[in-house]
Amino acid sequence: MRILNQIKVAARSLNKNKLRTFLTMLGIIIGVGSVIAMLAIGEGSRQNIQASVASLGTNSIMIYPGSMNQGGVRMGAGSYSTLTVKDAEAIAARCDLVTLVTPAVSRSVQVIDGAQNWRTFIVGSNIEYLAIRNLAISSGSAYTLADDRAAAKVCIIGQTVSDNIFGPGKDPIGQSLRINSIPFRVIGLLEKKGQNTFGQDQDDIIIAPFSTVQKRLMTSSKFVSSIYASGSSEKVIDKAKDEIGTILREQHKLTLHDDDDFTVRSQADIANIFGSISKIMTILLASIAGISLLVGGIGIMNIMLVSVTERTREIGIRMAIGAKGRDVLIQFMIEAVFISFLGGLIGVGLGMITAGAVATFGGWPVVITSSSILLSFAFSAAVGIFFGWYPARKAAGLNPIDALRYE
Amino acid sequence: MENKNIIVVKNLWKIYHTGDIEMNALRDVSLEVQQGDFVAIMGASGSGKSTFMNILGCLDYPTRGEYLIDGENALKLDKNKLAELRNLKIGFIFQSFNILARTSALENVELPLLYNNRFKSKERKEKAIKALQSVGLGERINSMPNQLSGGQQQRVAIARSLINEPVVIMADEPTGNLDTRTSYEIMDIFQALNDKGITIVMVTHESDIAQCARRNVLFRDGQIIENKIVQERKIAKEELKKLPVFQSEKEVK
Repeated sequence: MRILNQIKVAARSLNKNKLRTFLTMLGIIIGVGSVIAMLAIGEGSRQNIQASVASLGTNSIMIYPGSMNQGGVRMGAGSYSTLTVKDAEAIAARCDLVTLVTPAVSRSVQVIDGAQNWRTFIVGSNIEYLAIRNLAISSGSAYTLADDRAAAKVCIIGQTVSDNIFGPGKDPIGQSLRINSIPFRVIGLLEKKGQNTFGQDQDDIIIAPFSTVQKRLMTSSKFVSSIYASGSSEKVIDKAKDEIGTILREQHKLTLHDDDDFTVRSQADIANIFGSISKIMTILLASIAGISLLVGGIGIMNIMLVSVTERTREIGIRMAIGAKGRDVLIQFMIEAVFISFLGGLIGVGLGMITAGAVATFGGWPVVITSSSILLSFAFSAAVGIFFGWYPARKAAGLNPIDALRYE
Repeated sequence: MENKNIIVVKNLWKIYHTGDIEMNALRDVSLEVQQGDFVAIMGASGSGKSTFMNILGCLDYPTRGEYLIDGENALKLDKNKLAELRNLKIGFIFQSFNILARTSALENVELPLLYNNRFKSKERKEKAIKALQSVGLGERINSMPNQLSGGQQQRVAIARSLINEPVVIMADEPTGNLDTRTSYEIMDIFQALNDKGITIVMVTHESDIAQCARRNVLFRDGQIIENKIVQERKIAKEELKKLPVFQSEKEVK
């Protein structure tokens, strides 16, 4: 029997039983579609987390003052002022592994312009801060060293501050506003960055020259809130952290028995935390996908078993008029392959549409990976074909009369 | 009549095992059917006639014995060769028609041709139409089984059995599900085929129908107890004329 005849027989059989064909396919469609959609949603959020961690600047190192013991009670990081501008200068001078260093002072402030007022956060630092924190100016300009020396009342503001003080869409450059009653001129606007992973609005910020903030807005002039540095490359970050530690211990004249009175953290540390979170997420997703595939597979198996078993009599008729066992098997195989592949393809399409709908209407990031398509498609097709073939093989092995008598 | 033996059965046994009980469905059956003969196998339920028929049709195996069909030893063939034999040499007709549902008369009749490689698509269709015309269904080639009466479905089955020009047609109670008039119509077709030289073996328990054959073989308890030439053979065409009209199943031809 030519393969052409086999295909003809299988095609006729599928065509005569459109509802059965469709229902069988439906199991595969839903199995493949749901796995693809789910993996796309999971992979999307994973990549989203990774991207937002990276957006904080992967090379940056943050140095905070250490914790303070007050009558046996440890007050937590930053409760103790230990860092000074000199520390920052020492790091810049002695550590080769960092390229940019800036001290920073920061506090909450009330910003006022006419009838508008807004509570936000001001950072006083050298202009290197922008590069270290991966920030960019979208319009206007940065301040200069001269501004810093003169403690000039100029500032760069984030989009959220601009919208709330000057109104959305207004150009804030050249405008003035009062920060804690001191008038400042806006010379730059930060590029919009949106929320970070913690839901914190990264655009709700004002950046001004270090000495301006230190002299005009801070109560103490000696200590700084933190020091920011940038490693020359991602690989040397850990080494740079160690060097900074050594330098600061010397600066603070700590003996071997003293604990560090500062904390050095790199963005990589934070990224590592998220790395483990996303690892957990990947395991979770993989197990959910595994279970969905298994459940989908069982569905496909059932429907294939039932639809082939109920056709035992048909197999008997075909054999009685001269079909060989092989002919019957090939026919069922072609049907199963067709159903599995078409169902798989439609499932892939459905999964993509679902993922797209989640992205469009849910605002959820989705990423469809080729491995999820391959995995679900291959698994469903394999299950569909095996369970289309297996009962058919059993029926084809019967005496025709037994297949005919089958109820 | 020629003397060539189409079917030679020697010392055939079929033993069923149901639990501990051993049932001899066939006990030492021997039979010869010559080319061009028309044999009706009769017997009560459980006499072994259907078992015998299934073995003749190569749908089932005997426990032991010998069976030659058209000179070939059917019991020595493997399953594939046997399938080929069923396809090319035997046309089997069932009591319950056994035609594929949701499949047109034409496609049902064509089906056996799809399992061998002798004809092209166009020839298959021509042959199938011709076969349907020969059983009086030329107008209904595209009808689905559920649009056909029982008699018409059986005629589709007959057309299907004829399509490969088999050496013998085997019919297992072909009229069992049909009324008297339709039964005679089927017998009319059989007699016409037999007149053309086609060998027919048929199982029936209706003696009227058996009278249409040339020879009657009677089974009882798995053995042949009688094998005789039919005297006063009935001609189906004439029987049909005798039947009152109101009995007729109104068929749209």
